[in-house]
Amino acid sequence: MRTPRIAVVLLLIAGCLASQARAAETLKIGFITTLSGPQGVIGKHMKDSVELALDHLGRKVGGLETEVTYGDDQAKPDVGKQVADEMLKKHRVNFVAGVIWSSVLLAVAPTVTASGTFMIDTNAGAHEFAGKQCHELFFATSWQNDQTPEAMGKHMQDQGVTDVYVLAPNYAAGKDMVTGFKRFFKNRIVDEVYTKFGQQDYQAEISQIRAANPKAVFVFYPGGMGIQFVKQYVQAGLREQYPLYSVYTVDEVTLPALGDAALGSWETRYWSPDLKNEANAKYVGDFRKKFGYTPSYYGAQSYDGILLIDSAVRAVKGDLSNKKGMIAAMSRADFRSTRGKFTYNTNHFPIQNFYLLKAVKGGSGEVEMQIQKTVFENHKDAYYQECPMK
Amino acid sequence: MTALLVAEQCLNGLQLGVMLFLMAAGLTLVFGIMNLVNLAHGSLYMVGAYLATAVFNWSGSFLLGVLFALPATLAIGMLVEVIALRRLYERDHLDQVLATFGLILFFNEAVAIVWGRTALFTRVPSALTGHIMVLPGVSYPAYRAVIILVGLAVALVLYVLVSRTRLGMLIRAGASNRTMVAALGVNIRLLYTLVFGFGAALAALGGLMAGPIYNVQPGMGEEILIQVLVVIVIGGIGSIRGALVGAVVVGMVDTLGRAFLKPLLSTTLGPVAAQSAGPALASMLIYLLMAAVLFFRPRGLFPAVRS
Repeated sequence: MRTPRIAVVLLLIAGCLASQARAAETLKIGFITTLSGPQGVIGKHMKDSVELALDHLGRKVGGLETEVTYGDDQAKPDVGKQVADEMLKKHRVNFVAGVIWSSVLLAVAPTVTASGTFMIDTNAGAHEFAGKQCHELFFATSWQNDQTPEAMGKHMQDQGVTDVYVLAPNYAAGKDMVTGFKRFFKNRIVDEVYTKFGQQDYQAEISQIRAANPKAVFVFYPGGMGIQFVKQYVQAGLREQYPLYSVYTVDEVTLPALGDAALGSWETRYWSPDLKNEANAKYVGDFRKKFGYTPSYYGAQSYDGILLIDSAVRAVKGDLSNKKGMIAAMSRADFRSTRGKFTYNTNHFPIQNFYLLKAVKGGSGEVEMQIQKTVFENHKDAYYQECPMK
Repeated sequence: MTALLVAEQCLNGLQLGVMLFLMAAGLTLVFGIMNLVNLAHGSLYMVGAYLATAVFNWSGSFLLGVLFALPATLAIGMLVEVIALRRLYERDHLDQVLATFGLILFFNEAVAIVWGRTALFTRVPSALTGHIMVLPGVSYPAYRAVIILVGLAVALVLYVLVSRTRLGMLIRAGASNRTMVAALGVNIRLLYTLVFGFGAALAALGGLMAGPIYNVQPGMGEEILIQVLVVIVIGGIGSIRGALVGAVVVGMVDTLGRAFLKPLLSTTLGPVAAQSAGPALASMLIYLLMAAVLFFRPRGLFPAVRS
């Protein structure tokens, strides 16, 4: 028996309508991070944290059926933009979240916000988006790049450290970090060196440091670069001669590979696994239980990102077309953040505390980062006044 | 003081060059003899590093790690050649690039599945943690000095092997005219498998020595592979001597550029311009060098003789 052709057509139409009707009540999130290559480990921390957030929300963000699509930017701006385009056009996502690298964010965020879609930045803190290029659809659950090194600059200034040798990779965030450091550190800087992004061998730079004979060294080397730099720094015997101060270099991502080589390192950060609050205890505890390793700030921010989306969608009772309502809800930062209570500035970047941490031997004999003191309370970034949103 | 610093930076350059040479030697042999573009060479470097690190962490003996990783990677290399690459010799270079790129993905994922994406913990073997005085006033990490010595020893062994032994003669003959070698009754297939396995072991040697100073994680091979490709283009594809010279030149230019370009520029351009131009130029230097070599000697500094 042959089915009449018209019946098939009708069925198809019905099918399309049905799927559209369903689409309206499904929340789609596109999460962009680096999942391959040497920096893929950071992406794993972020992806695992998103999954944990989904578990904690019963796989329903804001009470809606939720679909999360993960995209791999390979740490390259052009690839990140392609992935974002695909998420916007093919998957028709309501939120794009994630992004580790400032250079990638600079390519991704304008594309996303221009299409009328929310951009939830869960790591990169490019100063452009805190200042002139701020956008009502853009929210950061992390920090603005300059802030963390500002805290370190303040601490080192307060300690009277001088003759500092500064190193960072030569890309958008590297420049931001050094700018931030210099905003609060006013003593003498011996030299400021920018190395190639992704460089493996730092022996040449280490020889230069020794020849310059500074009093301290300040670096920003995220991910694999941090492992290489710190290892080689310690192997060269420089740790004892010149204390190492860093940001985003010695963290839960690099500690397992660094081991004892990390001991004695100073960092500043807005979050740490040992930060005392209920939401953080739940996040860190469940994360360790589910994935068997210690989470990092990359993960905490991503976890917060999903909770932020949850708070927005709940506030508008699942009406994803009510963007004004969601913007208003997110501006209140009305969720249980892993960093404790914080508020959003007018540019949609957090106003939050920054702490000084030190790498020490923990109770279990493993090296871990422990909070020593608070450097800044409710610290605002330096660019919010350039942002037209008030 | 400055002369000593230059001497120290030259040692650093030599050490980087030697690491590049260990990779380049295998890659250039495979390309020159089998006419195969093997992008997966970096994966063998990674496999060598992982195997050595795993055994080192398990047994506590770096030497045991080395003794395990070298033959194991040699075997893996030969296996890959027999299973996958053998079918690619007659295909054009695009097919080879695609297939070996696939191998990169395969190895990266395989390593991530077995050991996870997090970088493995490694350290310099305790016997080599100290420093040695190479010149009065210049102390150099013992481990890096050993890398230089091992690299130079390998270069010497390779030179003797290729130019003084029967196997070396066959390898050179295979590079010049493989049809003729096959016609003379040499088992060219076996020769190819051997050469490939040997190249894999050299890559593993580079990888396992790199482990303690760099980081052991998925994708570590690709970071060095790009520089290695520059080395073999500069040195001349298929030539061991070219690989050695190319590697040392690239190592030196890269290291000295990173160390001294900025101070040098700041004397002529002023410190502000040097601050932005120095690092950018230093990271481009080896590619500029490659472009220059390609312009003046399109087949590299020491091209292999081909009929």
